[in-house]
Formats: sequence, C-alpha cells, structure tokens
Amino acid sequence: MKPILEVKNLNVDLKLGKNISKIVRDSSFEVYPGECLGILGESGSGKSMTVKSILGLLDGHFTVSGEARFNGRDLLLEKGETLRRMRGKEISMVLQNPMTCFDPLFRIGDQIRETFRTHTELGRKEIYGRSIEILELMRIRNPEEVMRKYPHQLSGGMLQRVMIGIAVAMQPSLIIADEPTTAIDAITQKEILDEFIRIKGEYNTAMIFISHDLGAISRVADRIIVMNKGRVVDRGTFRQIVDEAKDPYTRLLIEKRKAVMGQYVRVLGNKEVEYA
Amino acid sequence: MTADIQYKIKKETRLRAGHHFVYALLRALSVVVLITIAVFFLMRLVPGDPAVMVLGEHADEAEIQKLREQLMLNEPLSKQFAAFLGNIFLHFDTGDSIKYGVSSRDLVLQYAPVTLALVAYASVITVISAVILAFLAATHKDSLIDHAIRVIPAFTQGMPVFWIGLILISVFAVNLGWFPVGGVGSGMGGFWHSLTLPAVTIALGQIPSLVRSLREQLLEIMDADFVLTLRAAKIPESVIFRKHIFKNAFVPTLMLFSVNLSYMIGGTLIIERVFAVRGMGKLLFDAISNRDFPLVQAVTLYCAVFVVLISLITELIAAKADPRMRQKEKSFGNNAG
Repeated sequence: MKPILEVKNLNVDLKLGKNISKIVRDSSFEVYPGECLGILGESGSGKSMTVKSILGLLDGHFTVSGEARFNGRDLLLEKGETLRRMRGKEISMVLQNPMTCFDPLFRIGDQIRETFRTHTELGRKEIYGRSIEILELMRIRNPEEVMRKYPHQLSGGMLQRVMIGIAVAMQPSLIIADEPTTAIDAITQKEILDEFIRIKGEYNTAMIFISHDLGAISRVADRIIVMNKGRVVDRGTFRQIVDEAKDPYTRLLIEKRKAVMGQYVRVLGNKEVEYA
Repeated sequence: MTADIQYKIKKETRLRAGHHFVYALLRALSVVVLITIAVFFLMRLVPGDPAVMVLGEHADEAEIQKLREQLMLNEPLSKQFAAFLGNIFLHFDTGDSIKYGVSSRDLVLQYAPVTLALVAYASVITVISAVILAFLAATHKDSLIDHAIRVIPAFTQGMPVFWIGLILISVFAVNLGWFPVGGVGSGMGGFWHSLTLPAVTIALGQIPSLVRSLREQLLEIMDADFVLTLRAAKIPESVIFRKHIFKNAFVPTLMLFSVNLSYMIGGTLIIERVFAVRGMGKLLFDAISNRDFPLVQAVTLYCAVFVVLISLITELIAAKADPRMRQKEKSFGNNAG
C-alpha cells in the first residue's frame, strides 16, 4: 500500500538574528490510508513544528528542507495558494486549545459556515443543514442552539467537538490533531479520544495524533514515533515501544509511566489496569 | 451519561443587550452626577472670599456685597447647592458669566463648535495614520520599517504639544505659507484649511502611543490560535485579515482611543491658544484669568459631559462588536467543563 503522507529527512531551522537553532532534524515517517500515526514527545521536542512545517504554517523565520509527499506531491515545494487549496479540503487540523481556536467575535454557526463557503459551492440553506448534521454527528445535543452561541458561551469539550466536526466535515484524507486533548479536563478527554477512535473506524481517514500523553496515544494510534530534541528516536507499535524501546529517552518515558501505573495497581488492589 | 451535565450550555451567562445598555447608561449618569457635585465645590474650595478674588483686594465693599449677592454666597450652603442643581437640571446652566454678563451655557455653546470640529479633525488624522502605521509595522515586524515607525514618532511624543505647534507654524505657515499662522478662516474650505495645522499638532501628540498599542494588538491577534486554525482550514488570507484580524483589533483600539480622547480635549484647549483659535480653550483661559467662576464651571461641566458621552458611545459600540463585553464579568471562568 502506498503511504498517503511520506516525510523524508525533514529539517526545520529557526533563525533569530545570528542564532540558528535546529528544531527538527532529519525526521522521516509515513502515514498510510486509514492508519493513525501517533507522535509522542515532550513539549519542545519538535512534534508540532514537524506538522506545522509540512502544512506551511510557519513564518519567515523558519527554513524548512526535506520532502513531504502527500499523495505523491511534495508539499514543501507547493507555494501559497496551491498548498492552501489543498489544506482544509484534503488535510485538516485540530489544535490543542479549543477555547482559543475560535474567533471570539463570531457565532459558532458562522465559523462552521465559513469553512463550507470556502470549500464547497453549497447554498446558505444547505450549509445550515450540513452544519446541523456535523454537530449531531459529534453528538452535540442541541445543535441549533449551539450554532447561535459565541465561543465563550461553550465549554472546552464542546468546542473541541465542534472543531473535530469541522475537521471531519470536508471529508479530508488526512486529519492532523495536535495535542487535541491536552487543554481539556480528564473526563472530557476520554470522550474526545473516543470521538477520534470513532472517526477512524467510521471514515477510514488517515490521522496524525500528536501528544505527550502515553495513555492517550496508546488508545488511538496504530503506530507510534517518539520524538526527542527534534529527532525521531523510536518507532513501532505501542507494544513494541513499551516492551522493546531502543532509545534511552523512550525507555525513561515508559519507566515513568509504568511507575505511575504501578502505584495505581497497588492502590486499586492488583486489579487489571490497562494503559489508559 | 455525563454528557447532559457536561455539555449543557451555560445559560446563566446570557444577558440581554437591553440590560447592558441600561447598566452603561446608569454608570454614565452617576459619573455626571459626581462631576456636577465636584464642579459645585470647585468654587467653595478656593481659599478666601470668591467675590474678593474676582474684584481684587482693594475693591469697593458695596461692589463685593453685590457680587456676593449675585453668586448667592450669603445664602446657606445647602440652599446654594439646591439652586445650583436646579439651574443645571432645568437650564443646563451654571449661572451668568461675571465678565460677559450673559448665560455661561450660551457662551459655551457659542464657542464649542470650533473646538468640536478641531477634536474631530484631529481624531480623523490620528486614527487614519495610526491604523496605517500600526498595520505597516505589524506586517513588517522587526524590519527597518517597523523600527522606524516605532522610534520616530516618539520624538514628537517627547516634546510639549505647544512646542510642536510653534515648529509647525514656523515651517508651514511662516516659511512655506501653506497655512494661515493662526485664527479661523471663513467659509467651509477656509474653516477646515485653517484648522489643519492645529489638528495635525494634536494628532502628532496622540499617534505614537496609539500606534504602539495597536501594533501590539495586531501582532497578538495575528499570532492567535484562531488565526492559525483559519489558515489551516485554508480560509483565504484576505478574508482572515479583513474579517477576523481587523475586527478583533478594532475593539481594543476603540477603547484605547476613547481614553486618549479625554487627554486630547485637554491638549486641544492649549493648542487653540497657540493657533489663536477662538474655541473652548480661549473661553476657559479668559474665565480662569478673570476668576469667572460660573464660566469655569460651565466649561468644566460641558467638557466632562462630552467625555462621558464619548465613553458611553464607545462602550455601546464595543458591546455591539464583542459578545464578551455584553456579559457580566463573573459568569466567565469554568472554562474546562
């Protein structure tokens, strides 16, 4: 099977004055249709920068080199408009903090409509119908009311559902989720994760799921790459990463996680506890 | 499941726009009432006998008594205050001017239009140039343009306004002869033409601070998560800028400008003197130098009411533009649930 996204030797440098810092170094990975790739790493490990550079979301201070083939086309060579046209329709993105990802001055309905207007030829009524469908799909109970709300009137979990809804609405072939559960409280986190798992199952969409949370990533990702200081240091399935991590940094991450889980196990009286 | 509780919309945050309007109006009214009280006591705070202050140490005793009579200084304070309030609420007046012998209100209304025109003219220049400069600086962040825009205007901010006014007069009026040295021209064209130099002078004092904060606002918004989201969703850059960045920068700019406007009115009164414009500035200086208390009170009161009105209008526009301003503050919080 051909990968939908193939990244080869990606380098991202940040130039500030005379200082050049290497943010991402020689990263290579690929994502296959219907598969979810997890990118695991601490803050500052270059996870977000990797995907932002692929999508051309970095400003002039950054230089990007390497290759990022999406359906055969190198995204890094595509300039402005082409890349823009491709994004959103074929690749969509869900960011970390839903509370800040909506324009505070516009109603939810307006913001959903804006995406439809740019990507489809649908009329106002059809867009409204589709918007309601999306919200219902994301299991939001009173979609009509939610459409009339401003972002600050909704909870983080609710906003993230809307955001995922918008991301799915265009039926993209790749969804990139950058720490989509980090800014959300624990109970809602689980529900949002379930949403991602459901989308993966129902739509067979390829996905990149970025997180520093081993538990979250283990539930969604089919394969995982571990990033540390801008490099891909480990790769494999979750089991492989847990059992036979090659990189000392990955082992440290796993050890810590196991230690925490061990505590749980002791407290809960040796009941079976899974990594979640 | 927990979904019902989790995703129930925060109904209590809703507050009808009408309520907000009433609150804003009440706040403005209470400020006006406080100013009125302050203006009344302004005259009583002057040490010694106001009548003596007006007429001088060696004035005739009968004259002084006459003036005390006219200013109601012989009456008890409560009665004076009642009369003062009555006069304000019934006639919007603070009594007859001592120097001119006519209603202070009429004098203010006669001199106000020029000052208002000057303030409006200066505001237009300020806002247009500040928006353009801030936009250039923000879009060329850390470039030469950005540094120039941030540093050069600081020079004019460091100088006293009257000094800038004098420089402009000597360059553009005396040497180049483009504008009159002072006074107000006749006819529509002549009127605005003669107000250009004073308006520019006032604007020069305002632009630097406005540019700096507007630049910060723009940069912050251009860097906001929602802009990244819009970009990632391939919304055209022009739409992002016009619709989202501009609208988000508009509200804070407006608020800042309304605060600056009150300083601007103070500055205008001085600048009018430099350019010999016969407006509220002249009236206030005359009133103060003649110890014309009723007139000082009228000028103070009308200026203050104008400032309150401006901030009321600003608040209402801001509330129209930003839904978060229509809410009671305490209903924020609880973001995570």
